[in-house]
Amino acid sequence: MGEIPSSIDDTIALLNGQNYVCGRDLGTVAFLALRLGKPLFLEGEAGVGKTEIAKALAAALGRRLIRLQCYEGLDAASAIYEWNFSAQMIAIRTAEATGGADRAALQSELFSEDFLIRRPLLEAMEPHAEGPPVLLIDEIDRTDEPFEAFLLEALSDFQVTIPELGPIRAPEPPIVVLTSNRTREVHDALKRRCLYHWVDYPSFTREMEILRARVPEATDALSAEIVAFVQSLRGADLFKTPGVAESIDWARCLIALDTVALSPEVISDTLGGLLKYQDDITRIAGAEATRLLDEAKARLATAG
Amino acid sequence: MTAARRPGEVDGRLVENIVHFTRALRKAGVKVGTAQVENAVRAVEAAGFTHRVDFYHTLRATLINRASDLEIYHQIFAMFWRDPDFLEHMIHMLSPALRGQPEDTRPKAAERRASDALGDRPERPPPKKDRQEIEIEAHLNWSDTERLRAMDFEQMSAAELAEATRAIRSLRLPVPPIRTRRQAPAPHGRHPDIHATLRRSLRRGGEIDRLSTTRPRQRPPDLVALCDISGSMSVYSRMLMHFLHALGQSQDGAWGRIHSFTFGTRLSNVTRALHHKDPDLALEAVGREAQDWRGGTRIGEALERFNKDWSRRVLGRGAVVLLISDGLERGDPDLLNQQAERLALSCRHLIWLNPLLRFDGFAPQAGGIRALLPHVDSFAACHSLDTLADLSSALTGAGHKTRLLAGLDS
Repeated sequence: MGEIPSSIDDTIALLNGQNYVCGRDLGTVAFLALRLGKPLFLEGEAGVGKTEIAKALAAALGRRLIRLQCYEGLDAASAIYEWNFSAQMIAIRTAEATGGADRAALQSELFSEDFLIRRPLLEAMEPHAEGPPVLLIDEIDRTDEPFEAFLLEALSDFQVTIPELGPIRAPEPPIVVLTSNRTREVHDALKRRCLYHWVDYPSFTREMEILRARVPEATDALSAEIVAFVQSLRGADLFKTPGVAESIDWARCLIALDTVALSPEVISDTLGGLLKYQDDITRIAGAEATRLLDEAKARLATAG
Repeated sequence: MTAARRPGEVDGRLVENIVHFTRALRKAGVKVGTAQVENAVRAVEAAGFTHRVDFYHTLRATLINRASDLEIYHQIFAMFWRDPDFLEHMIHMLSPALRGQPEDTRPKAAERRASDALGDRPERPPPKKDRQEIEIEAHLNWSDTERLRAMDFEQMSAAELAEATRAIRSLRLPVPPIRTRRQAPAPHGRHPDIHATLRRSLRRGGEIDRLSTTRPRQRPPDLVALCDISGSMSVYSRMLMHFLHALGQSQDGAWGRIHSFTFGTRLSNVTRALHHKDPDLALEAVGREAQDWRGGTRIGEALERFNKDWSRRVLGRGAVVLLISDGLERGDPDLLNQQAERLALSCRHLIWLNPLLRFDGFAPQAGGIRALLPHVDSFAACHSLDTLADLSSALTGAGHKTRLLAGLDS
């Protein structure tokens, strides 16, 4: 525990231990990110397990997970640090009341670590007893260009600058994972500093492994039907194709309903767990679902 | 490569090969920086050689940072690491075909611009009395195009079209900016800036004399243009491409990012083609990207492709959408109805520009037009310079939509 894996196989095994099933491609990139100390940039459709890998890495290595959720207008005050203004005000008033309002002393006292509120980026740069933490910068595409530019400094030198205190440098660089849903293109300058990986939908066998690891209470027969159906849905022309997260949710829904095998009725009732757009649901519910299910079952029969 | 080696031993030959490989990638149009090459070498060193597939993923992780380049990488990797010389050979064989075209056209395009710049420049007439007025209402300041202003593009001669193109290039399209959630310091803002206030007070020994304030920063919205390039639209779409190119090249910061798409029988993204500085080169590149000029139109299908493949990527930041089409749909009006609704829901403002509005008695009779009209926010004409100059009113108002919708109901 806590040691950086020494080979690609070790990395895959380590993630497997956390019920995170990944292919050789993602394993390679994860290993390199750990080994070279470079940020890992994961891009892909929603629900393919981009965020999960950061959680799995943190848990497997016994490190702290620090998460920075991006949103529009994210600024330094919520990403790096903020001064504790109310405490500073009280300190000023106290100094005045006791007559000790010496400017230089007040300045150094007010802008000291005692009054600093740490936000995720600063926290990630500080030393941790269990080793450098895993810093997850989630959905970077949701924030705007100015914040990206600012991340460049943080990610290339692993340091952040506080005007009153000067630059703060990480003694050991944190393990950084960035994710993007590609609702806009992230600037090349940021991507270049990272190891890039496009996370695709998994193959049939891999998705089976994932379901087995994540929803062990589902029987193999049911999992196979679920995966086959979801995979044929991904072939259909939908506004939003279901990701792995949806397959897992759907499997859990079906188990909660004590389903042993898929039928068109069950699918129609629970389609909301899988498809999140009204257009898609009306397209698939009914005849199309029956057709896809028959197709999936036929494929299973020939394969098994 | 198959023999297992200890990590840490990267010999000169391999580094050389990786550098050659990057050069091959660059020739194929993948942007790879020098720092990335260094990363790649280090990464290979760290990963060691056990499997070819690891080597593949190692290089991919370090050298590629766009999903669209993955396929190119895959092909080049397969070719290069089988026989490095083979690719060199291929590129040499291909390069006349690949490079010949732009080299042929560049002198021509540059030539034309040079003659435009140096040669027979049209004489400027003395400034007219109503010049002031034009500037205020239309943001137009061209020379002797008074006569052309109301003229339909389709009825112009080649010389007149060239003149109109020049006028279009000087057109601006002012748009109200979007208020963002980021704050900027401002003397009379509405939000107190405690950080600045406190720092200011320290200069006075803790005395707070006044509050520093901030107000929300503003930014220009993005523009997404969907341009119909079917046969009935050809002259207009060409003029509008010039317009979009000029908007994209202007430095006035009125618009954020500009994404352009063309559609006829299929949807093509021509954003990159319009990035060429030279308008002639840019339009030529558009012509290469979009292969369905002057074909039929399937607006519903084109919008469906846009909604499914692009809307999430380009409409995320509150974009204004310009739909440039005559609305003469060959496909299914029901599909058009659904897809137009989806598009209208996912963008900030949907403006439909229709050159058919040049006819005085225009009424929404065709099925496609009836399907599209209820979903757009604004409906405007685009057949002459005057109507294009008037576009800024379509950005704020509803244009001809209300009048025509009333006609639709009765």
